[in-house]
Amino acid sequence: MDGPAEIRCHQIVEIVTDYFEGALDEADRTRFEMHIVVCRGCENYLQQMRVAAATAEDVPAEEPDPQQMAELVDAFRGWKRRTLEER
Amino acid sequence: MTRGTVVDPALRDDAETVAALRDGDEAVFVALVRSYQSLMLRVARGYVRDSRAAEDVVQETWLAMLDGIHRFEARSSLKTWLFRILVNRSITRAMKDRRQIPFSALAPDDEAGGPTVDPDRFLPADHPRFAGHWAAYPADWSALPHDRLMSRETMAAVKDAIEQLPERQRAVIALRDIGGFSPEEVCAALDLSDGNQRVLLHRARARVRAVLEVVLEVEA
Repeated sequence: MDGPAEIRCHQIVEIVTDYFEGALDEADRTRFEMHIVVCRGCENYLQQMRVAAATAEDVPAEEPDPQQMAELVDAFRGWKRRTLEER
Repeated sequence: MTRGTVVDPALRDDAETVAALRDGDEAVFVALVRSYQSLMLRVARGYVRDSRAAEDVVQETWLAMLDGIHRFEARSSLKTWLFRILVNRSITRAMKDRRQIPFSALAPDDEAGGPTVDPDRFLPADHPRFAGHWAAYPADWSALPHDRLMSRETMAAVKDAIEQLPERQRAVIALRDIGGFSPEEVCAALDLSDGNQRVLLHRARARVRAVLEVVLEVEA
């Protein structure tokens, strides 16, 4: 955990997304991974960021409002009439 | 209620979808609306805070898509193009409603800013051996029961956290994590560089993580 090239925890937390996205160069990726292997805190933080992304994914979608849907279908039919006439 | 964004399998092929729309295939149009309406509302509400106005923008976007479909050249994917129209219209509407230019449309305010983790969580710079290391480790969430993560309270907190993000962070996390867009698709839809996209995603996810930490650990 020593040496000038070491990345510290407060820096790790700011490059987690770059790591996930494959945006770190090879040297930084190696230093990142070497840190994670020995640091329980950062390992947990990495996991927490994965959970954050996965939880956002689980936010339920809203069903389209039936009235909006009906309006859109009407608008679609109007558009279709107009475009078919133009042809 | 479905999980995230579920795209109708009938829409898998853009060229077929576009051809069907040009032919006036109503079922394909309805499938598109069902697939993307919820995500579009989420993104629009980030720019246009009044939810009725955001609904108007989404409706206008569908009409603009139809009016432009004959000119659509597949240089981008259909959904990317759809969200570009949406975001442009949302910004225009927000400017009109506020009678001023939303500065976030011009300045990268939501990319700048301080650390995403409270500096007090780390040992100070003058610590003799472990400067910049965790003062106390973040908790291990891998043992948390799935029910806990998926609870109504957790979901509501995450939804609120996303809704309170600055508009571009909100748009990026919505498209990436809820909509399942690739980084390239998000960059194209929101006109961002790779680097901007990553910074916005990082800040948004870090905020969601911080909110989860409160919900999962305080109420335990």
